[in-house]
Formats: sequence, structure tokens, C-alpha cells
Amino acid sequence: MASSESKVPLIIDGRRTDGRDMEDLRALRVEVGVIPEADGSAYIEWGGNKIVCGVYGPRECIPRHGASPYHALIKCRYMMSPFASLEEHSRSGPSRRSTELSKVIREVFENLIIAEKFPNTQIDVYIDVLQADGGTRTASVTVAAVALANAGIPMKDMVSAVAVGKAGGMLALDLNKIEDNFGQSDMPLAISHRDKRLLLVQMDGLLTREEVATILEMAERGCDKVHEVQADALKRFYQKGEGETFKW
Amino acid sequence: MNGTLAKGVRFDGRRFDEYRPIEVQKGVIKTAEGSAMGKIGETLVLVATKIDIVKPFADRPREGVMVTNSELLPLASPGFEPGPPNEDSIEVARVVDRALRSAECVDLGSFFVEEDKVLGLYVDLYVMNHAGNFTDAATLAATAALMDTKMPKVENGKIIRGEYTGMLNPTKLPVTTTMIKVGDNWLIDPSRDEERVLETALTIGTTEEHVCAMQKGKGSLSKDELMTAIDIAFKRGDDIRNILKG
Repeated sequence: MASSESKVPLIIDGRRTDGRDMEDLRALRVEVGVIPEADGSAYIEWGGNKIVCGVYGPRECIPRHGASPYHALIKCRYMMSPFASLEEHSRSGPSRRSTELSKVIREVFENLIIAEKFPNTQIDVYIDVLQADGGTRTASVTVAAVALANAGIPMKDMVSAVAVGKAGGMLALDLNKIEDNFGQSDMPLAISHRDKRLLLVQMDGLLTREEVATILEMAERGCDKVHEVQADALKRFYQKGEGETFKW
Repeated sequence: MNGTLAKGVRFDGRRFDEYRPIEVQKGVIKTAEGSAMGKIGETLVLVATKIDIVKPFADRPREGVMVTNSELLPLASPGFEPGPPNEDSIEVARVVDRALRSAECVDLGSFFVEEDKVLGLYVDLYVMNHAGNFTDAATLAATAALMDTKMPKVENGKIIRGEYTGMLNPTKLPVTTTMIKVGDNWLIDPSRDEERVLETALTIGTTEEHVCAMQKGKGSLSKDELMTAIDIAFKRGDDIRNILKG
């Protein structure tokens, strides 16, 4: 991360490469009910990220012997399309990265979904990154929360996510791809809306204790803004009449 | 377990912020460029490093490559099975990799050999007995293995096996501190029994001055809990660094 830092200026005259202030989010748009066959779905455009999420369930657990008589199993699959980055066509299928992200995203929703209501079942959360621009894991959590709400899955709280990092020596909210690649550190966070619990915490790069403390404050403010967009998307969806649904 | 914890003690008699005995032994594998066995209580992780000539990444043509892999050996625990790496195995490799990489303890810029050829450093984590908290034992052994790593002699774009030009000399000593929450209590360095009942799991990597990696597993925590965890990670991290230096 840091080794290439000097080559790419990330802060010019106090502004970021895309003209944002340190605490500005990139353009963010969420749509609900984008996959008619799914029990719940949502689509997010966040900066250059385009991510779609479909939720199925609660439904029969496969394999059946994996089922729990106490609660629904939550299964999460985060996948990056082979055409999602500017670089060469990547191999499709699960990677080490996507396996890890699927795990940490699942561990966000295991805190929220009231799984005890649906013993012997599973809830599938499929997240497909069509176009990537930095911050796909936080955008994935954000869109999956909306898709789960759309599926009518009972949750204890809503969750929003954003990454805060250090770019050009300064703390910056919602890193884009360039800032992520050439910045000094990146800390993706997911925070529950009402009780402000940290549900996803990851970090790489170097940060002091004080920088972490500042990042937590910035992320909380950022997540509140993200939450407004999520809530607005759900409201728009449930207020509009038949035939006014999202068109691809 | 909650009843015992309410009295302020753990099943194995430790304080909440106390590690099991930590030991590290370097140079245990002679066929590798570097190696170390890390022990935390009964948890045993072997880490060996190998250096090969590899092709650089297209976007970093003059930089060496570091690859961290892990094996949760089926002999290490009744819960481990043979087969391709599962998500726990991938996660520990990626967390250790993140800690080493972020700490910038290896100068990959010095790994350039010639056009299209750089040194590749393989860090293999072998979990050999899983009695809880293999993550910290893996980072401990990985950093120790880097300290033990000899730089191979390179001639005409080839490695001369068995001949060395010096040591790798990592500039920083990253270590991780894992803690879990059971009931209202945060426990450092969880045993296998404690891991079975954990509600929240958190790993924090530190160098002397910086946080260099974080990974939450199951559960949730508050901002204050995270800041307290960072303070603990620096303290316990310094203890482990002293063992590494010793």
C-alpha cells in the first residue's frame, strides 16, 4: 500500500482526486426490488461500484443434515465478476478474497437477523459485484441490508457500512479505488443504525490509536448518511404503485 | 463458564488479560530459508519461509512478491478435515498477511532481480495443534520465521541453493492479539473451550507504534470496546515482541 504512495498525489489543494472533501461520500443510489424472482433484492451504485443483491429464504436447508433445529442458517456469497475491474479479465468463481469477504459479511448479518424464528431453514444472500471502484465490501453490506428488508426477513436493526482510510496523509471517508490502492490505510466498518454497534471491523495499513478513534467518529457520521439513502430507497419502493418498479 | 468468569477467573486459572505461556523456537526446518515454531499454551504453529524467483505483478514490475498460505492440518484438531482450505484457513492466512504487509517489515523493493524476475517470499503457516487462538500463534511464528530468514545468493537470474548473502532482517515486529467476549467479559488469548462459547471475536495487529491490522470475527462491539482492545493489544503486543527479541 504505502510503497507507491509518493507516486500518486491523492490530495491536491485540500481536495481529493475526484474533487471531494475529506468527509464527502461519493454519489450513492439504492434501488429496491430489482430481481423479480428473488424473495428480496436491491441494487446499489456507489461511486463507480455497481452491485446487485438477491435474497432467498427462509427456505429448506441444503444439505439437510447441515440444518439447525434452533435457527436459520445464514449463507452469504460475495462474488466479483471477472469484468469488474479495469485490469485484465479475472478468473471467475470463488477466490481467497471473496471467501473471506463472504465470511465477514455473513458475520455482520448474523448479529441482526432474528434467525431463531426460522429453525431448520437457510437464508441465502447472494451479492454480485458487476463493476468495482473500491469499497465493494461496505457497499455490499449496505445493499444486502436493503435486500434483506425487502425480503421481509426480521432484523433487530438496520446496518450501514463505509470505509474510512488514510490517503495522502489525511483521513478520508469512503475511499475510492485510487485512494484504496495508493493510500496508506483502509478501515472498512459496518455500524448498526440504532445502537451503533460495530458489526464489521477490518483494517490494513498503519494507523495510530488516535487515528482509529477519529475514524470511528467519521464512520459513524458517514453511516448515518448512508442510512438515509437506504431508508429512502425502501420508502420509495413501498410507496409507489404497481408498474412503477425499477427498470434495468 | 459464565459462573466461573463472574468470579474473575478462567477455567485454566488465568487472568482475563493473560496469555498462556508463549515460546518461540527459530530455525526448526533446515530446508527452508527461515522457520519458527510458535507455541501459545498447547497451540502449535509452524511457519516456514521459502524464497523463489517469480514473475512480478504487472502493476509492480520492480517489486518482490510475498504470498502467505495456511494449512489447518487435519492432525491438529478433531474439527479439521482434509481438503481445500476452508474460510477459517483462508482468513488466518489473510489476516497474518495483512499484519506482515502493513507493518512493511519486508522491503519488497529490494527483491528486484532483473527484468521480469523478482524474488518471491512464501510464508507457509502450518497449524499443528489447535488448542485455541491459532491466529496469534501463527503471527508470532511468522514474524519469528522472517527474523530467521536468510537471503539466498542469486547469480545470473538464478538462486544458488544453500548459499546465502545475509539475513532478511525484518524492520518491524508485527504481532497480533486476539480477544473474545463471553458474557460481559473480554478474554485475551482464548483457549479452545473459550472459543466454543465466544460471542464476539477480535484480532488486532500491532507494531511498536501502529495498529497494522484488524479483523472482527463473530459478534459485535462498541467503539469504546474497540479502543480498549487497541490499548490491550499494544501492551500484550510489546510483551510478545520482547519474547521475539529475547
